[in-house]
Amino acid sequence: MTVVQLDAKDAAPPGGRVLRTNLTKGAGIGLGVVVLWFSVLVLLPLAAVVAVAVNGGWDGFVTTLTNPQTASAIKLTVLTSLAVAVLNVLVGTLIAWVLVRERFPGSRVLEVVIDVPFALPTIVAGLVLLALYGPQSPIGVNVANTRAAVFLAFAFVTLPFVVRSVQPVLEQLDREAEQAAHSLGASPGTTFRRIVLPALIPAIAAGGALSFARGVSEYGSLVLLSGNLAMRTEVTSVRMLTYVENGNLASASVVATVLLGVALFVLVAIDLLQRWLVRRG
Amino acid sequence: MVDTAAADTPTAGPTLLQASRPAGSGAGRVTRQAIVVVYLSALVVIPVALVFWNAFKDGLAPVIAALTDPVVVHALQLTLMAALWSVVFNAIFGVATAVLLVRYEFPGKRVLNAFIDLPLSVSPVVVGLSLVIVYNIHDGILGKPLAAAGIHVLFSTPGIVLATTFISMPLVVREVVPVLQEQGTEQEQAASSLGAGGWTTFWRITMPGIRWGVIYGVVLCFARSIGEFGAVKVVSGNITGKTQTATLAVEQLYQNFNQTQAFTIAAVLAGAAIVIISVVATLRVRVERRES
Repeated sequence: MTVVQLDAKDAAPPGGRVLRTNLTKGAGIGLGVVVLWFSVLVLLPLAAVVAVAVNGGWDGFVTTLTNPQTASAIKLTVLTSLAVAVLNVLVGTLIAWVLVRERFPGSRVLEVVIDVPFALPTIVAGLVLLALYGPQSPIGVNVANTRAAVFLAFAFVTLPFVVRSVQPVLEQLDREAEQAAHSLGASPGTTFRRIVLPALIPAIAAGGALSFARGVSEYGSLVLLSGNLAMRTEVTSVRMLTYVENGNLASASVVATVLLGVALFVLVAIDLLQRWLVRRG
Repeated sequence: MVDTAAADTPTAGPTLLQASRPAGSGAGRVTRQAIVVVYLSALVVIPVALVFWNAFKDGLAPVIAALTDPVVVHALQLTLMAALWSVVFNAIFGVATAVLLVRYEFPGKRVLNAFIDLPLSVSPVVVGLSLVIVYNIHDGILGKPLAAAGIHVLFSTPGIVLATTFISMPLVVREVVPVLQEQGTEQEQAASSLGAGGWTTFWRITMPGIRWGVIYGVVLCFARSIGEFGAVKVVSGNITGKTQTATLAVEQLYQNFNQTQAFTIAAVLAGAAIVIISVVATLRVRVERRES
C-alpha cells in the first residue's frame, strides 16, 4: 500500500493514454473494492432514484412539483432553511468568536453543548424541543404544530455547522495584523470588520451552505414537533415519505431528485470555493 | 474519562490566548458572552435537561419498567447491532478510502472525493427511498435476484444495517483524511526502502499514526448510527418487536401517548450521545496536548 515512485511506472495502464496515477497493484485492487462498495451502497441506489424520476419524463416533474401541497412543502423548507442559515451565520460566528477569543470559566462545557445537536438522534432532538416548547412547556411557550416549530427544529440541528467551520480558522488566524490595526488606532469593531471578517468569510460561507443543505434535508426532528400539517408545516422530506407510503415511488423520486440536486450543488459549491482559495493562497 | 477533570482546568493554549490583549471592550465582551450562553441554553441545554427531568421525575421505578419492556429491549438490541455493523463496515472502508484519497493519484479521484460527503447532506428519506427502489423484491435491480436467493433486505435486518451504514459512511473518511495528510509519507517511504512490504508498512507505520483519527471517526459513526431514524423508518417497515429500532420506538410511544416511556428511551439515547461526544472531546484534548 505504500507509494514507491518506481512502482508508478509498473502500474501505468498498457493503453496508449497516460493516466496520472501512482497506484500500486495492491492499491489498485483496494481502489477497485472501495469503488465497488461505494457504488453498490451509495451510487447505485441514488442513481436509481434519479432514473425512476427521469423515467416519468418532464411531465412527471412538472406534475409533481406543481402539486400545491408539494410546492408548499418545498417553499417552506427552502425559505426556512435560508432563514436558519442566516441566523447561523450571525450567531454561529459570534459563538465561534467567544469560544476562541473570549473564553470564560465554563466555556469548555459549551464546546460539548455545540456538538450535542450533531450527536443527538433527530427524533430525540424533536422530543427535546417539545419538552421546552411543546404543549407541556413549563414556561408556557407552545410552538408545536406551527411554522415556528420548523424554524426551531432547523436551528437546533444546524447549530454546529458555522461554529465548527469558523472556529479552526479563527484559532489559526495570525494576531499580528489585528494588533497592528489596533496600535494604529482602529476601533475593535473596525479591526474585526476590516481584518478578521475577510479571513473568516470563506469558512462562514461554507458553514452557512452546509447548514442550508442540512435544513433542506431534515426529517427526524420535525416528526413529533411540527405536526406535519399539509400546506402549513409539512416539509419536503415528510411530503416525500407520504409519497413513498402511498406507493407513489415516481413522485417521491422526483422530489428526491430535487433534494439530491440541492445537496450536490452545495457540495460542489463548497469544493469550488475551497479550490479557489487554495489557488489564491 | 479520567481526563475530563484535567480538561476543565485551563490548558496552555487558551491561557496563552487570554494572556495576549483581549479583543473588544469589557462591556461588549460580557454582552457577547451573555448572548452565547442564553442562546445555547434556550436552544440546547435547558431542553435536553428537561428530557432527563421528564424521564426521571417519578423516580427510578418507571424508568426500569420502561427499559425492561421486552419491546424496548428488542428495539435497543436491534439498534446496537445495526450500529456495530455500520461501524465495522465504515471503519474498514473509511480507512481504505482515506488512504487512497490522500496517498494515491487516480482518475476520478476528485469525483470520489466530492461524492463521499453525499450521504451526510442528503435527506435520510431519500436514502430510504433509494434503498426501497433498488432492493424491493418486485422490480429492484438487486432486490429481485436477492429475493430469488432467499435473502430479503427490506423490512428486515439487512435493510436496517444497509441504511445505517449508508448514512454514516463519510464520518471515518473525513476524520482520517486530515490526519493522513498531516502525517506525510516520509516514514512510510523509509519503511519501504528498508524492505517492509506494503501491508507491514500500513500496520506498523501508517495505522499507529492515524489511530486517533480512526477512533474519532468510529465514535462519531457509532453515535450517528444509533440515532438514525428517517432512512431506517422507510426501509424497516417499523414492525414492533421485529424491525423496530430504538428511535422508531420513541416515535411510536410518543404518538401512542406513552410519554414517560418515550422520554425514558429518549433520555437513554441522549445520554449515550452526550457520553460519546464527551469522550471525543476528551480524546481531542489529549491528542492536542500530546502534539503541542
